[in-house]
Amino acid sequence: MAENSSKYYVPESSPWPLFGSIGLFLIAIGAANFIQQSTQFGQNTLRADGTWGQYVLMAGVLWMIATMFFWWRDTIKESLTGLHNEQLSGSYRQGMIWFIFSEVMFFGALFGALFYARWLIIPWLGGAGNNAMTHELLWPGFQAMWPLTTTPDGRTTQVMGAWGLPAINTAILIVSSITLTIAHHALIVGERGRLILFQGITILLGLFFLSLQVYEYYHAYHELGLTLEAGIYGSLFFFLTGFHGIHVTMGTLMLIVCFFRILKGHFTKENHFVYEASAWYWHFVDVVWLFLFVVVYWL
Amino acid sequence: MTAVAAHHDHHDDHHHAPHGLKRWLFSTNHKDIGTLYLWFSFAMFMVGGFMALVIRAELMYPGMQVVDPEFFNQMTTVHGLIMVFGAVMPATVGLANWMIPLMIGAPDMALPRMNNWSFWILPFAFTILIGAVLMSAFGDGNPSAPNFGWTFYAPLSTKYGPASTDLFILSVHMMGISSIMGAINVIVTVLNMRAPGMTMMKMPLFVWTWLITAFLLVAVMPVLAGAVTMMLTDRHFGTSFFDAAGGGDPVLFQHIFWFFGHPEVYIMILPSFGIVSAIIPTFARKHLFGYASMVYATASIALLSFVVWAHHMFTVGMPLAGTLFFMYMTMLISVPTGVKVFNWVATMWRGSLTFELPMKWALAFVVLFTCGGLSGLMLALTPVDFQYHDTYFVVAHFHYVLVSGAIFSIFAAAYYWLPKWSGVMPNTFLGELHFWNSLLSVNLLFFPMHFVGLAGMPRRYADYALQFADYNWWISVGAFWFGISQLLFVAVCVLCAMKKGKKAEAAPWEGAEGLEWTVPSPAPFHTFDTPPVIK
Ligand code: HEM
Ligand SMILES: [Cu+2]
Repeated sequence: MAENSSKYYVPESSPWPLFGSIGLFLIAIGAANFIQQSTQFGQNTLRADGTWGQYVLMAGVLWMIATMFFWWRDTIKESLTGLHNEQLSGSYRQGMIWFIFSEVMFFGALFGALFYARWLIIPWLGGAGNNAMTHELLWPGFQAMWPLTTTPDGRTTQVMGAWGLPAINTAILIVSSITLTIAHHALIVGERGRLILFQGITILLGLFFLSLQVYEYYHAYHELGLTLEAGIYGSLFFFLTGFHGIHVTMGTLMLIVCFFRILKGHFTKENHFVYEASAWYWHFVDVVWLFLFVVVYWL
Repeated sequence: MTAVAAHHDHHDDHHHAPHGLKRWLFSTNHKDIGTLYLWFSFAMFMVGGFMALVIRAELMYPGMQVVDPEFFNQMTTVHGLIMVFGAVMPATVGLANWMIPLMIGAPDMALPRMNNWSFWILPFAFTILIGAVLMSAFGDGNPSAPNFGWTFYAPLSTKYGPASTDLFILSVHMMGISSIMGAINVIVTVLNMRAPGMTMMKMPLFVWTWLITAFLLVAVMPVLAGAVTMMLTDRHFGTSFFDAAGGGDPVLFQHIFWFFGHPEVYIMILPSFGIVSAIIPTFARKHLFGYASMVYATASIALLSFVVWAHHMFTVGMPLAGTLFFMYMTMLISVPTGVKVFNWVATMWRGSLTFELPMKWALAFVVLFTCGGLSGLMLALTPVDFQYHDTYFVVAHFHYVLVSGAIFSIFAAAYYWLPKWSGVMPNTFLGELHFWNSLLSVNLLFFPMHFVGLAGMPRRYADYALQFADYNWWISVGAFWFGISQLLFVAVCVLCAMKKGKKAEAAPWEGAEGLEWTVPSPAPFHTFDTPPVIK
């Protein structure tokens, strides 16, 4: 590997940002049209017939994946030819930290909505505080409770318990964080075998978690009647676990990409920013789950 | 503030500046990207301004004359959205791009490609939004563009939102992605790219205010993304976030929106504080009074801005304790704001003042922004706000802080730094005309709004009671006068872009300090490839 340069590397010019914007544009109009044309209020079905949105959306997603691929190929090349110096790694690192912070705020908003619903909306609809008349005039039969299993307009659902699958999933994620740390440590001390082994285990645990989540959703929809349309409890349940699941998926993909880059020998003891970033991301997703387990499933 | 021993390598300044369309489309250069941001925001300012004139044309006389009420609602909505997300925010990001690397002695922004991505998302996002308006305008209002106000309250935007709401939601997502990436870039640049010796407390105040702005952006744009996503699923996937029938609450929307929305107004004004703190010392030929207190005041404004949001919601029926909390917190925020105003005044105290164009705009900013702050204080008093809420008094308040505040400071910045950007001095004759016409018309436009608001004229209506007719006529006259005056600024900018005018020296303003004045005018394509040494 070439010597690290002392100058801060400023790339000459790059088409990928513009391409990325086009990709987002396609995704945005495709998704808007698709969602609009293919959903019907009050029905749990997606009708994918007769819309152009789905094709634009798919094209956008593929376009975006290709753009990401070429963009990252460029950066990997730069990294391998030693254009990245210490200061640039610092920029990447700090950038990743602030990105994770923005994700924290996103989940913060969802958790905030949960507490607001649980501590304020539901009691108020049930007549707490100075809301006796609201209760009397809007839904006199409504009973305040959490989780909300009967909505003001009478939709019902069952509650997802904490100590079955969710508890197992919690254990899986905690263990995966530990195995990932072992792998990270192995990378730093240069034990390649242990690194590959534990990186592989972590990925498998991630996939295992995701498949259990899918199973849980199936269970929720088909046995508990817990759906997106089951009122605020269902809405919050699927928003929090769903966005968490999307993040686990992204994290797993990052770990898989890292796995192949490990096999190719891209990472060195000193230079493995992408690996570090994926690890931070994984731990972040893990911590979100712990909060989620406590407030969504358990309490 | 900082003594500079700058040594540039003039030999490698001028080669390898890319040419043609690629230079702008594929750019990784903070100056070019800054220029793109600034022109884009100016274009959006014109588009949003045109919509405002449609509104004022309708309101010039009582009764319905120009547009139908449905289209009027679309105009108020998209005017607000374009001005906030398309004009003010990109303008300050453009200034950040141009000036922050120059001010801290960095070769470029920390993540140059992501920088370009942040910019190029915007034209696409606004194509979607403006496309909805064009379709509505040329399709006789069918399909309708977003029509629920720039605050897009549920259920207007959920159950009753037009089909274009989904396009709007996705375009807000795009703007959010752009802002978050832009903000991360600023933070990382400031924290990681400062030249040796440029300690945090030596940074120009513009850099400080932008650092704090960027923090606010990273913190609240994701919350906005959460809000619009909930809207989307409420509209199409049967969730009940904002629907009481399923155990949700439309007021929840307002809480989430204003948790974003109030910090957002500081996102729009903090960079202005930085601009004015750069200009006033220059033309007072004194150091900024109370530099450290300015930094702390900015930081406390930013922190407090997270706990005042419900002052926009005093009338929704919050518990008394909540109302009181938000009232006191809101009043508290005017303390650090006051600190700033006093510091600017103290900077001018016994300075040897001259009144070049940037200084004129900066002074107008200080006076008129303070007016807006004072009407804000009136609105902060809960019992009083019960009367003023959703009247033209609120419209007067936020236009004083945003137009004669944020926008005036952006003009100040343009007149101050145009010599550095373009290499020629902005035309003084046109500039003076622009300033005086804007100053007089902006007050004719917005001051009477206080009176009609106090008298009870509600905002966002296409018609009004007869007793408001006279004031509204004058307001509309002010609006057209202000709008037309901005064409003078087009002329100023075009002349500078064509390099027509007096050639600018490296440091064209006598009292100016800072690294940006140590490089030639116009600033070469690459600056500070080797970091300057700051003593
Ligand atoms: C001393 C500082 C300030 C105070 C005490 C204050 C207070 C308030 C209050 C109480 C309201 C709600 C009025 C109502 O809807 O009934 C309001 C509205 C508003 N303020 Fe301020 N404000 C201050 C500064 C600012 C600044 C610096 C900006 C922007 C640069 C700003 C922008 C706005 C906007 C855009 C609205 C209206 C939002 C809407 O309903 O569309 N304010 N302000
Ligand atoms: Cu506010």
